Amino acid sequence: MKTLKPESEAELAEIVRTADEPLRIQGGGTRPIGVPVNGAPLSTTGLSGIELYEPGALTMVAKAGTPLAQVEAALAQAGQRLAFEPMDHRGLLGTVGEPTIGGVFAANVSGPRRIQGGGARDFLLGVRFVDGRGEVIRNGGRVMKNVTGYDLVKLMAGSYGTLGVLTELALKVMPATQATAVLLCEGLTDEEAVAALCRALGSPFEVTGAAHLQRGTGGGPVTMIRLEGSESSVAYRAGELQALLAHHGEFGVETDPARTAACWRDIRDVAPFHDRSGDVWRLSVKPTDAPGIVARIEGAEAIYDWGGGLIWLLVPQGRQADTIRQAVAGHGGHATLIRGSRAGGAFQPLAPPVAALQEGLRRRFDPRGLLNPGLMGQGAAS
Amino acid sequence: MDMPDVRPEVLARKEALVSRLQAVVPPDAVIHDPAETRVYECDALTAYTCPPMAVVLPTSTQEVSDVLRICSDMGVPVVPRGAGTSLAGGALPTADCVVIGVARMTEVLESDPGNRFIRVQAGRTNLAVSGAVEEDGFFYAPDPSSQLACAIAGNIAMNSGGAHCLKYGVTTNNLLGVTMVLMDGTVVELGGAHADAAGLDLLGLVCGSEGQLGVVTEACLRILPKPEGARPVLLAFDSSEVAGACVSDIIRAGVLPVAIEFMDRPCIRATEAFAGAGYPDCEALLIVEVEGSEAEIDEQLSRITAIAQRHDPVEMRESRSAEESARIWLGRKSAFGAVGQLGDYICLDGTIPVGELPHVLKRIGELGRDYGLSVANVFHAGDGNMHPLILFDANAGQLETAEALGADILRLCVEVGGCLTGEHGVGVEKRDLMGHQFTPADLEAQMAVKDVFDPGWLLNPAKVFPLDASASRRMAAE
Ligand SMILES: Cc1cc2nc3c(=O)[nH]c(=O)nc-3n(C[C@H](O)[C@H](O)[C@H](O)COP(=O)(O)OP(=O)(O)OC[C@H]3O[C@@H](n4cnc5c(N)ncnc54)[C@H](O)[C@@H]3O)c2cc1C
Repeated sequence: MKTLKPESEAELAEIVRTADEPLRIQGGGTRPIGVPVNGAPLSTTGLSGIELYEPGALTMVAKAGTPLAQVEAALAQAGQRLAFEPMDHRGLLGTVGEPTIGGVFAANVSGPRRIQGGGARDFLLGVRFVDGRGEVIRNGGRVMKNVTGYDLVKLMAGSYGTLGVLTELALKVMPATQATAVLLCEGLTDEEAVAALCRALGSPFEVTGAAHLQRGTGGGPVTMIRLEGSESSVAYRAGELQALLAHHGEFGVETDPARTAACWRDIRDVAPFHDRSGDVWRLSVKPTDAPGIVARIEGAEAIYDWGGGLIWLLVPQGRQADTIRQAVAGHGGHATLIRGSRAGGAFQPLAPPVAALQEGLRRRFDPRGLLNPGLMGQGAAS
Repeated sequence: MDMPDVRPEVLARKEALVSRLQAVVPPDAVIHDPAETRVYECDALTAYTCPPMAVVLPTSTQEVSDVLRICSDMGVPVVPRGAGTSLAGGALPTADCVVIGVARMTEVLESDPGNRFIRVQAGRTNLAVSGAVEEDGFFYAPDPSSQLACAIAGNIAMNSGGAHCLKYGVTTNNLLGVTMVLMDGTVVELGGAHADAAGLDLLGLVCGSEGQLGVVTEACLRILPKPEGARPVLLAFDSSEVAGACVSDIIRAGVLPVAIEFMDRPCIRATEAFAGAGYPDCEALLIVEVEGSEAEIDEQLSRITAIAQRHDPVEMRESRSAEESARIWLGRKSAFGAVGQLGDYICLDGTIPVGELPHVLKRIGELGRDYGLSVANVFHAGDGNMHPLILFDANAGQLETAEALGADILRLCVEVGGCLTGEHGVGVEKRDLMGHQFTPADLEAQMAVKDVFDPGWLLNPAKVFPLDASASRRMAAE
């Protein structure tokens, strides 16, 4: 099928207004998350470019189809970055293409630093989008604080194009770090690791990454804690944390810039599961519940991020869906099938009144069911 | 200011309503004597008052649900209320409404420092949330100046901010979950101790919806470990432009202070007369605060003073002790009280891109002169959240002039790429200015959200949207 590729917001609005069949909206096409959609492919990559960048105000405005790499390069040049550290899904999902900034926010993609500074949705200041009636809507703005009217910005973040096609985004950006240190400890059990990570996150030492791999590169478990800031501050906090965590385990300190960057990129992108077969699930839970939930799922291997609050699970193909959903539902939290057969629904079933609100919003923003219909379908309630 | 006509048929059913309400909550939880409902006639926007038909003070989610079911059934509008400190008239009643106040819902339900969250009933005050976790070494970050009085419910409804949000964000960035009752009595749970929503981010939508989507009864909040220490530096300049440029340079240099506060000469003069903090007599001053260990604080402050040095400051005063810190903050913290001594004032909170500060300050000065009113400025400069305080004399009939000046200033904020309100909310105060920031389609999309949560438009119906824009929906519901 020919891909629709509007070059302007007005053209996009016209396409939606006159569409007579569902549209499958994509940015770079690198994040096929949710239930696969049947529909005419619509690409946002024709809407590209950084419109405004004010490093002194920590703000950038970019069109939705702007390549993420272009955004990151512009930021790096001014010593800034996207603090929420969006994951690159290509390795895990075997996709190719150029991730776009619109796709990052449509899927609300956040990496390890979410525990400290917040997720993608927390850095989205404003949006323009075309709703399912072809109407252009603006919400939010390009200022840090804005409570004027309802916050549709948050609603659009993580709505996977089902309420509207994002055309332009205003972002809050942050200063990059001068130095990074990673505290590493081998051999901890999941419980011990999460306890140590919680302790670190409950300290005043501003941890910006807290992860645990059941199988690190050496084959055994590895627990990792990241510190960022000025060189002297990082060194000071690393020492304090080592002392604080002494009775949890012996943490060594790695400060080599290339190695520290690589180990967090691997966590961010779930690299250990790239070349392994099986389904991959993403669970969001209360950190101290995490080891117990993982223990209930037979044959699973886990990577814990966000101090335990985010679990990446590798399970044999087509297996364990019910156990996973039940384990999560029992504790409060949610599980999403990221890699595997998603036709039956990828997201956690919602309580009926919440599902009704969600459905009501969808009918309002996309009354004709044109925009990625069914993508956010929930898995069968178990 | 206009409010919708009171519906006589609703007033006529008052007695029946009161007896039904009394059947679902304890007798002393229903207030209907006009002498007592007067207490609830306004919030902190005291220029507008209207006692409600009745007030209910429930103690549980179940009671809130029962009360809403009855009001919904009888077609009675409901105005949710926290502590009544809204500066935008968000909690202003109508004569035919029931106020649901959550002031009796103040319990801590669960405190979990290990997982860094606390769950409270929504009537608990902001400061009492921090108080509940203080011994564990934690705090709740959003800190509106009203934190001693304001309730978490109001903070959520207004998405309130505080002096430290440059680093820690506002309410929405620190809110993990809510229990909320819809107008028809349905109880919904959004979010929880885990991160991110399972489906659409309804929690993010509810935060800042000004009590129009549901009545929040419980909240799950992120708590943070207290920093080792904090110290400010005071930087004085002989022009607002230079102070504004210094703010940009600090941010650009990659230092991230917890707060950058700004005061202009009229404000400095007022606070000196009132609190005598010993501020230098200058055109503009900044208070920049950083956090960390002693050595980390020293390091950051020296970077900041090096940047400030390039802007030829009149004076730089780095705090070296807790007493010196308190002195630096004294004037800033008493600014509102000090300006209050000079007469009546309106406090606006339009937000602008930081780079526009010098231009906007200059224009505000000019507009003030055009209207013959003085304006003092004190605000959160790091995030461009202005707080122009317009001085006037209500007894001399200047309220309308002051409001007109305020509207011009807010329009200016929007023109330079900012917004009408950065933390106080729209309420009734800025309702009729919404058309300056939003197109009809933008407003339509927002009202569509309310249609979904509250199809009958009974919850706080006359707020946020210009009355003519919401008229057809409110009428249809009648
Ligand atoms: C001296 C002073 C200083 C202030 N400083 C700041 C500041 O620094 N930063 C800032 O952001 N604000 C500030 N404010 C404004 C005000 O304190 C905040 O808006 C606060 O969050 C209001 O909380 P409240 O409990 O008093 O709410 P109320 O005034 O009772 O209500 C505010 C809004 O919330 C809704 N609401 C209340 N309870 C519920 C509920 N349970 N469910 C759903 N909706 C509900 C109401 O309908 C209304 O729309 C200040 C106010 C004063 C008077």
